[in-house]
Amino acid sequence: MANVTIRNLNKNYENGFHAVKDVNLEIRDKEFMVLVGPSGCGKTTTLRMVAGLEEITSGEILIGSDVVNDLPPMDRNIAMVFQNYALYPHKSVYQNMAFGLQMRKYPKDEIEKRVREAADILGIGPLLERKPRQLSGGQRQRVAVGRAIVRHPEVFLFDEPLSNLDAQLRVQMRVELKRLHERLETTAIYVTHDQVEAMTLGDRVVVMKDGWVQQVGEPLELYGKPANKFVAGFIGSPAMNFVDVMISDAGGALWADAAGLRLKVPPHMVERVRAHAGERVTLGVRPEALHLANGSDQPDYSFATAVDVVEPLGNEILVNFRAGGAPMVARVDPAVRVKARQGIRVALDPERVHFFDEKSGAAI
Amino acid sequence: MAAPAERGRVSRLTRLLESENLLAATLLTPGVVILVLFIAYPFVMALWFSLTSIRVGDPGEFVGLANFTKAWNDTIFQTAFKNTVFYTFWATIFKLALGMWLALLLNRSFRFKRIIRASMLLPFIIPTVLSAFAWRWMFDPTFSVMNWVLFHSGLITDRLPFLSDGDWAMWCAVLVNTWRGMPFFAITLLAGLQTISPDLHEAAALDGANAWHRFWHVTWPLLIPVTLVVVVFSVIQTFSDFQLIYVLTGGGPANSTHLIATYAYQIGVASGLLGEGAALSLFMFPVLFAVVWVQLRFMKRMEGA
Amino acid sequence: MLIERKWKKWIFFYLPMAAFIVFTLFPFYWMAVTAMRPDEELYRTWRQASATPFWTLAPTLEHFRNLLQTTAFPHWLWNTMLIALVSTAISLVCGMFAGYALARLKFRGSEFLGTAIFVTYLVPQTLLFIPLADIIRDMHLGNTPWALMLTYPTFLIPFCTWLLMGYFKTIPKELEECARIDGATRFGAMIRIIFPVAIPGILSAGIFAFTLSWNEFIYALIFMSSAELKTVPVGVVSELIRGDIFFWGQLMAGALLGSIPVAIVYSFFVEYYVTGLTGSVKG
Repeated sequence: MANVTIRNLNKNYENGFHAVKDVNLEIRDKEFMVLVGPSGCGKTTTLRMVAGLEEITSGEILIGSDVVNDLPPMDRNIAMVFQNYALYPHKSVYQNMAFGLQMRKYPKDEIEKRVREAADILGIGPLLERKPRQLSGGQRQRVAVGRAIVRHPEVFLFDEPLSNLDAQLRVQMRVELKRLHERLETTAIYVTHDQVEAMTLGDRVVVMKDGWVQQVGEPLELYGKPANKFVAGFIGSPAMNFVDVMISDAGGALWADAAGLRLKVPPHMVERVRAHAGERVTLGVRPEALHLANGSDQPDYSFATAVDVVEPLGNEILVNFRAGGAPMVARVDPAVRVKARQGIRVALDPERVHFFDEKSGAAI
Repeated sequence: MAAPAERGRVSRLTRLLESENLLAATLLTPGVVILVLFIAYPFVMALWFSLTSIRVGDPGEFVGLANFTKAWNDTIFQTAFKNTVFYTFWATIFKLALGMWLALLLNRSFRFKRIIRASMLLPFIIPTVLSAFAWRWMFDPTFSVMNWVLFHSGLITDRLPFLSDGDWAMWCAVLVNTWRGMPFFAITLLAGLQTISPDLHEAAALDGANAWHRFWHVTWPLLIPVTLVVVVFSVIQTFSDFQLIYVLTGGGPANSTHLIATYAYQIGVASGLLGEGAALSLFMFPVLFAVVWVQLRFMKRMEGA
Repeated sequence: MLIERKWKKWIFFYLPMAAFIVFTLFPFYWMAVTAMRPDEELYRTWRQASATPFWTLAPTLEHFRNLLQTTAFPHWLWNTMLIALVSTAISLVCGMFAGYALARLKFRGSEFLGTAIFVTYLVPQTLLFIPLADIIRDMHLGNTPWALMLTYPTFLIPFCTWLLMGYFKTIPKELEECARIDGATRFGAMIRIIFPVAIPGILSAGIFAFTLSWNEFIYALIFMSSAELKTVPVGVVSELIRGDIFFWGQLMAGALLGSIPVAIVYSFFVEYYVTGLTGSVKG
C-alpha cells in the first residue's frame, strides 16, 4: 500500500502543447482521489504519467518513497482500468485476468486462486471461459476491474472507466466501485469529466483546467467553498448562477448592483468585499440557494423578475429567469406553481452568496 | 514499490528495448537492411552501370551519357518506348472500363455471388507466365481456337495474324493484360462501391435520376479516390511489364513488340551489355517517378482533408 | 433495392455477367482441355473438318505423365513452394516489425521512413534486375534458392509493412498500454498482445505475399540457371520449349499443375486475399 506524491509535474508535447502545468498533489495511502475537469484539462495526461505511459517533461512522481520517473510501467506496481476496457480480445476472461500475474511469474495455483477470488467479488465467476466479445458492456467493465484487482497493486488507476456505460449502469457501477474501494483499501486515482462521479466517489477531488490544478478538497468543501469561479461553476448541477455586479458603498452598507437588481452584501462578507468597493465583481449563487420570495424575506435579498421557462422534474422544479442581465435558474419546491411569463419575486439565502474577482476569478 | 527481485525478471537486453528509439531501430533494421541491400544499392549501381560500358566479364569504363544517347537513337528502343506507352495507355483504359463494369455487376445481389466473385480473381492469382502460355496457344496461327470460332461463325474467311503481325500482336498483348488486370480493378473498385451507402442511390432514384445519372452523379464522384490509386498501381505495373510480352511474342516479330523491360532484358542479359541494359531500364524511371510523385501528393492531400 | 424490369435485367445483368465469366475463365478451360488432349488431336489445324477445339474425344493423362517423369517439374513445384513460403515468412516478420514501429512508436524520421518504404513498394522488379544480378553473383547467391528468398522480400516487405501498419493502427493502443502496466515490456506487449490480435491482417498480408512470390518471373529467370533449381514459371518457359518447338500438351499440363497449388491456397483464404488486395492500394 502506498501514497503517491506528485511534485511540480509538467508535460509539454512535441507540438508545443503544455498539457500539465506545475501540478503538486499528495495522494494519501488508501485514499480515493478523483481528478475531474473538462476535456483537455490535463487530468488524463497526469494519470498516464503516473502509469508510466507518458514521459514526464519535468517534476517528480513518487510511489511510496521511490521516484518512479524513469521506471517503465511494468515495474510500477500499479493497475489501470481504461475507458474502453482494453480487454485482450483473443484471450478468455480468465486469461485476461491471469495475464498480469503470468507476466510476473506467479505460480499457477496462486493465479487460479486470485482470479477466482476476484471473480467472486465481482460476480463474474460464470463468465471466466468467455471471450470479451461475448460479454455485455457492464460485464466487460467488471472484467476490466477484475483484471486490475487480481494484481493486488499498490495503486489503482481509473481512466474514465464508466463513461462507456449507459446512464443506469453507470450509477450502479459507481456504487460498486465505491464499495470495492472500501473493501480493498488501496490507493486509487480516478479520472473523470463527470462532476457527479467525482463528488460521489472521491475521498478528495482535484479540479483541473487548462493543465492547472484549480482546487483540491473534499467534495463538500469544493461545493461549499469553491476557490474560484471555475470550480464554482463546474461543481454542482444545475451550475451556479453568475451575475456581474458593481459594488457600491451607500448608507453604511455595501451593495451589489446590476441592471434591475440591487442586493445587499451579507454582513459576513462585508469585510472581504469592501476592498472591491467601486469595482465590478461576479456574484455567484447556487440554484438551491434561491427560492420564490414570501412575506418573511428581507427585500434587501430579493428581486423582481419574470419566469422564462419552467422545468418540472418531479422532486423539484427548475425555474429559469433573467436577472441583472444574466440567465439564472432557481431550484424550488415542487409544490410551487408558476407559469412562463409570470411575474415573480426571487429571494436568495444571504448565507450562501459567493463573490469572485472579475479578472482572476478567485473567490473573495 | 515493486520488489527488486521483480524488477530483475526481464533481462537487461529486453529492458533496453523499453526505449522507443532503440525498439524502433531494432524493429526496422531487418526490413531496412533487405531494402537497402536489394533496392537502394542496386539502384545506385544501375545509375553507375548506365554511365559505363560495362558488359559481362568486362568492367568497362566511364562513357558519360553515351548509353542514353545510343538508346535514344536506337529505332528498336524508339519502338519499344512507343509500345510501352501504347500498351500502358490502352490496357489501363480497358482495365478501368471493364473493371468498373464488372464491379458494378458484382455489387448487385445474385445467386452464387461469392463463388463467382472468387473465380473472377483467378486471372490475377495464376502466374502470368502460365496463363500467357494459354493465350499464346489460343492465338496459335495454325491451331488457333480463335480463328476456328471466327471462321465457323462466318466472321472471317482467312486466318487472322494474331501474333505474327506487330500491330496485331500489340493489341493481343493489350487484350491479355486487360484480362489479367481487370479483376484487380474490379475487386478494389467493388470494395470502394460497398462503402457507398445504398441510401444515396435510393435518394437519387426518388429525385428521378436514371441508372446512368445515378452512376455519373453519385457513384463515380465517390469512387474517384480509390480509382486514382488503382490506376497508379496499374500504370506502374503495366509500364514496367515484362513477363507477358516475354511469353507471348518474345519481342517479335522483328523486334516490333518489345517493351522497355523486355528490350532491356535482351540487351542487358541476353547480350550481356550491362551498361546499355541498365540505361534502357532507367528510361522507365522518370515516368514511374512522376506517377509515384502524383500518388504521394494525392495521399498528402487526402490526409489533409 | 430498386425495382427492375425482367428484360432489363437480362440485358444489363445476366448477359454481361455471362460474357465476363466466359472471358475470364475460358483460358483456364482451354488449358485443361489442351492438357488432356492426345497429340494427334492437338495438332489438327483449325480448317480441318474434324477439328473439335472445345472438347476432346480421347482424354489422356499422357502429358501429365511425361511432365512428371521426363522433366524436373516436381522439383520446380517444390522449389516454388519453398521459395514462396520462405520469402513470405521473411517478409511477414520484417513487415510486422516495421509496420508496428511505424504505426505505434514515436521516433525521429518515422514519417520519412514510412514514405521511403511506400516508394520502394512502387519500384518494379524490371527497373533493377541488371545490377541486382551482379550483386547476387558477388554475394555468391546465384543459382541458389537464397537468391530468390532474399530478393522477393524487396517487393513483399513494403507491401506487408504498408498493409500491417494500417491494420495495427485500427487496434486500440490501450491494449498494449494495459499489457505494459500488466507487466509486459513494449516488445512483449507487441508479441503477446498486438500480433495475436492482428492475425487476420497478418493472414491477408501472408496470402497476398505468397501469391506474389508464386507469380514472380524475372528474378527467377535471371538468377537461377540449373534446370533442377528453377521455379515453375521459369521451368515451364525455358525447359518445355526446345528451340522453336512448343510441346503444347506438356506446357498446358505444366501451366495447370503450376496453377493449382496457388489456386487452392487462394480458395481457402479468398476473403483474406481480397482484404490483402484491397488493402494493398489503400493509403
